[in-house]
This record gives sequence, C-alpha cells and structure tokens, in this order.
Amino acid sequence: MHSTETLRSHGTACPATSADGGCTDDQIAGDGYTCRFEQGARPESLILNMGPQHPSTHGVLRVLLELDGEYIVRAEPVLGYLHRMHEKMAEVKTPAQFMPNMGRVDYLHALAWNWAYVGAVEKLAGIEIPERAEYLRVITCELNRISSHLLWWGAYLLDLGAFTPIMYAFDDREMLLDLLQLMTGSRLTYSSFRFGGVYTDAGPAFVQGVRQFIPHLRSRLPMYTALVTENIILRRRIEEVGVIPQDMVTRYGASGPVARGSGIAYDVRRAEPYSVYDRFDYEIPVRHEECSMARYMVRMAEIEQSLRIIEQAIESLPEGEHMHPKAPKPSFKLPAGESYFAVEGARGKIGVWIASDGGKTPYRVKLRAPGFSNLALFAECARGTLLADAVAILGSLDMVIPEIDR
Amino acid sequence: MNATISFDSVLHVVLALVGVAVFVGLNGLLLVYAERKVAGFIQRRPGPYEVGPQGILQAVADALKLIGKQLVRPDRADPLLFWMAPVLAFFPVLLLFLPIPFSPLLTGWDVNLGLLLILAFAGFNVLALLLAGWGSNNKYGLLGAARAVAQSVAYEIPLLLAVLAIAFQEGTLSLSAIVGGQGGMPWQWNIAVQPLAFLIFFVSALGETNRAPFDLPEAESELTAGFHTEYSGMGFGMFFLAEYANMIVACSVCTVLFLGGWKGPFLDGAWWFLAKVYGLLLTMMWFRWTYPRVRFDQLLNLNWRWLLPLGVLNLLATAFVMKL
Repeated sequence: MHSTETLRSHGTACPATSADGGCTDDQIAGDGYTCRFEQGARPESLILNMGPQHPSTHGVLRVLLELDGEYIVRAEPVLGYLHRMHEKMAEVKTPAQFMPNMGRVDYLHALAWNWAYVGAVEKLAGIEIPERAEYLRVITCELNRISSHLLWWGAYLLDLGAFTPIMYAFDDREMLLDLLQLMTGSRLTYSSFRFGGVYTDAGPAFVQGVRQFIPHLRSRLPMYTALVTENIILRRRIEEVGVIPQDMVTRYGASGPVARGSGIAYDVRRAEPYSVYDRFDYEIPVRHEECSMARYMVRMAEIEQSLRIIEQAIESLPEGEHMHPKAPKPSFKLPAGESYFAVEGARGKIGVWIASDGGKTPYRVKLRAPGFSNLALFAECARGTLLADAVAILGSLDMVIPEIDR
Repeated sequence: MNATISFDSVLHVVLALVGVAVFVGLNGLLLVYAERKVAGFIQRRPGPYEVGPQGILQAVADALKLIGKQLVRPDRADPLLFWMAPVLAFFPVLLLFLPIPFSPLLTGWDVNLGLLLILAFAGFNVLALLLAGWGSNNKYGLLGAARAVAQSVAYEIPLLLAVLAIAFQEGTLSLSAIVGGQGGMPWQWNIAVQPLAFLIFFVSALGETNRAPFDLPEAESELTAGFHTEYSGMGFGMFFLAEYANMIVACSVCTVLFLGGWKGPFLDGAWWFLAKVYGLLLTMMWFRWTYPRVRFDQLLNLNWRWLLPLGVLNLLATAFVMKL
C-alpha cells in the first residue's frame, strides 16, 4: 500500500502540487533519479535539466545542473539512455557474430573497436596475422581516426556557435568515407577486421585514393588554422577553460587527447606497442596547458601525425595475403582462458577483456570505453564555471554517447 | 514640417505605416532567402534550390508553414504575457521605420526628433524578449530573457554615445538633416570623419539586434533556443520577423548616420540607400556564418571595458572639436 502511494506521488506530472512529501524537489518533475537530485544549500539556485534532448549534449547525454545565475554549482551527468547491452550480447554470440556490434559501440572510430576485439580474440586463440593485413589495419584505422577528429572539430565549433566549420570538415570527411567504403563496404559502422586479417584487400583505387587524400588534407589544415584556430573569439572561449590537472586525469583514468592535453604523454600505440606501429616514425602530440584549447590542439596535431603514419604505411605496404591461410572459420571455438587487448582510439584507450571457458561463446567480455572515464571528470571539472563553459568542456572531452553507455 | 496636425499629415502617416508593413514583410522573406543563400555560399553548398527557380519560393513556403501551424502555449505559461511578447516584439518595429528617410521624397514622417523616436521605440524589443522568456515558464527561456535584458541595456549605452557624436557634429536629431549634412562621395560621409563612432555603432547594433556573434539570448547550443524556446508557428514567426526588421532598422540608421543615406557619387536616390543597407545586412550575415559565439561575461566586458570608454572619449573629442 505504502509503495503504491510512493509510486503515484512520483508519477504525478507536477510534484509541487502533491504535498504528501513523496517528492521534495518541485523544480524537476519526473523520475526517481531526478527527485534525488535535490537543491543544495543555496535556496536561490536553479536546477536545470540539460538533455537528453539538447543540441550540444551530442546524442542522449543528460546533465543535471544546479545553477547560481549562470554559474554551475553542481553538475551531474546521467547515463544510460543508450545502453544496448553490448557486453551481454558478447556472451550470447560467437566472436564472429559479435563483430558487427563493435562497429556500433563507438560509431566514429569503429575500426579501433574492431581492432580491440579482433586483437583480444587473436591473442587468446593464437591466430596469426599476415603483415599486409597489419598494414591495412593501420591505414584504415588511422584514416578512421582522422575522420573522427574532423567530425569532432566541426561539431565542437558548432557547440561554440560557429556554424560553418562543420561543413568544411564534412567535405573532407566525405573523401575519407569514400575511401573507407572501398575497403570496408560501409561508411560508418565498419566491421571489416577479421580474425586473422582483414575482409578485403586494398585495390589500386584505394591506394591511389589514399595517396591523393594525404596532400589534399595537408593543404586544408593551414586554412583551418588560419580561419578557426587563430580566431580570437574561439581562443577566448576555450583557452584556460575546463582546466584538467594531471592528478584529475589519473584519478579518473582519463586517456587519449584528454590526458595528452594535460601533459601526460600516454598513447597506447607508443606505451604498449601493438601491431606494426613501432615501424613508423611519428610523434605523440602533448600539450601542457591542461585546458580545452590544449585538447583542441592535440587533436589537430594528431590529424597531421595520422597522415604521417598513413603516408609511411601506404608507401611500405608489403605484398602478400590479406587473410592468413590458417585463419579460423567463423564457427571456431575460443580456447579456455583470458586475454586483454588495448588499442588507441580517437577518444583514448580502448580495452577489450575476454574470458572464455572453452564454449562457443565467450564467458564474459568487458569493454573499456575511454569516453566513460573522460566524461566522469566532467562533474568535478565543470564546478564553478559558466553554463557556456560547460558546453565548451563537454565538447572538448569528445564524447560519443553510444560508447559511454555501451 | 508643419506642426499642426491636419487630416493630410495623419493620412500620410497611416499610408506610410501600411507601406512600411509591406516593406518589412517583403524584406523578411527576402532576407530569409538571402541569409540561407549566403550561408550556403559561405559553407560551399547550394542553399535552398528546390522550391521555385533557385529556391526563390523557399521563404514563402517557410512563411506558409509557420502561418499554418497550430499556436501552442505550454500548460503553466502565463497566457497574457506569453501572447503579448511576440506582438510587442514585432509591432513597435514598424514605428521605427517612420522617420527613416529612404530618399527626400520617400520619408514616412520627417520629424525633427526622428533619431530620438527610433532610440525610444527600439527599447521595446528588450521588453518583448523579457516577457517571452518569463511568460513561457521555461528555465531556458528565463536564462535567455535574463541575458537579453543585460545585453540590451548594456549595448544601448555605447550605441547612444556613437549616435550622440553624430548628433553633436550635425547639430540636429532629424535624420533627413543628418543626411543633408553629408556629401555624395564616400570621403564626404560621416564615416570618414567618425570612423570610431561607426565601429562602435555597428558592434553595438549587432549586440542590440542579438545577431551572431552576440546571439546569446537564443544561443542554441547552450539554451536550446533561449527566450523563444516555447514558441512555435507564428509566435516564433513574429520574433523571427522582428529580428530581421530590427536588423533593417539598425542598418538603415547606420546608413543615415555614417554612410550618406540616399546620397551617392551620382544619381542620388532611394537605390543608394537600399544598396548601402543591404551591404550592411550582408556584412551581418557574413559575421554570423563566420564567427563562434562569445561568452556572456566576455560580451559584457567588451561593452563596459572597450565600447563604453571609447564611446565617451569619442564623444568628448567630438564636442571639443565642435567647440573649436
């Protein structure tokens, strides 16, 4: 009896009118979660529900804010609006059946997730990969990283109120998508890596296209710097905004450009080398300003470094098979045991841990999404900033909500 | 200008108001189309081109859609304030066009205090935004309204200072007389004498009309749509039209004060006036599609720390030179 009454008072459209004390917060009507987000010590504060349908929370992130004027007293991200149980699905699907899921965890850097899962399975089952396939993985994965950074760049500027850069970013990204379509057959949710290689071999059209794309993008980047990066309004908006000290990075386990923007030179490609990354000459961009601008500069520099890697890889692309002749059939069984494989995604360290009991499907799979850790520090980072800064900080973390919710 | 109110002068004003309403309506359509084409040009895409040849009917289709939509009011919004706001935003703007001299013959009401009339009625806009934000019972709306008030009040001051500098220099508040005091050639315009005042005026006008990069009351990436979050259909349409009408007024006043109004190097007339106004409007659009949005504290800093002191200095310098 008591429970139904509680339910009813929570379910009313307007808790302010239900004076039975079921819901003490009369600022947000709605579910139990928001009712627990009560007003703090300041009676004049305003509780604002930002998202899940908000233009700059990119997808379905919801942030509960307690505002004093436009200053943020408290911010709390609410997750779970896009939870699709990828980890559970991994337990009921064979590794080959699960592959398409990996293109849908982080749809902007799908190939890194492809790689993390394929790598973990290969490590556990002891599957060998031909050298050509390793090179093709590096090339496609780096192309995908550039497309992810370009989209972030456009969307971030959109958050800051500049409408035009995203059109230019999409213009370049379109060429990348065409190239990746040749190799993977899809334009967004790629699942082209296979256990023991990659699905398609690179034809002359792809190689030629990549060779043409590199100088094209290099010729565009100075324009972006001149038009956007050096714009005084942009600099004022994001310099010294959203400062993330190094200890905050380590406490929350942030990685990727968020960590590198705070002076921590951690990149999985360099720190825990995998595949053939150790054969290429490239730099890990690091900035020490710890602010949103530092993360911005790190990503822009990463585009250039990715181009360097692709350039070297495409020139030294070895001949040979794109699938190992002894690659297993899709119905293979994983041997019992555990394995962990980490790759550097556009947003940070992507980790896949597989535990298998020797059955057809893995016993348990854990996906380590970098966006989750990166977003976790938002609550601490946004405290005391302005509402407009919160948008600038959220954008600089480069969130992909499907990856965070998984 | 005869001071007695005769039937003729009333008729003249009524006719002028009708003419202005038509002018604003047509220009609203034209500017929506122009804005989208300019945006398309800047963003390397064609812009609207499906409806009619080169998409010329797109604005008409948009307008019909807005008119056809149901008027929705949120449940707990104040009906009176909520519906008053769009009306208050739009109709006072029509009055602003009355004293603007498009050409010596094409002036709605050549009143001595034309400049004062414009500045007085322009203040209505902020009231409308405040009512819209407050009356719609929406937190984003409220934040937008608070921003609108702070912004409009702040930017009115440097705007006035820039206008005063010209009024001192010309010794009149009549817009026709101010144009009359300027010559046809660009170096005879007031902008050549008062470049700083022009800069202050134009930046403040961007702030007053809530145009990017100062579009904070409706900053969509922060406040979804700010003060007009809850408006749809013609409620939104009125705000939209008012924004464009305000832009035209701001650019017209700018043309009169600084760019020689209807005067040009040859063939003086309304076409010169319109060409200058549309030039300024295109500049505003160009800004919008190029720059990111400033933050609110930066917006106010720009005003109180730069525009206001510069405006005062400019006014003092003008007064000093005039006294000499």
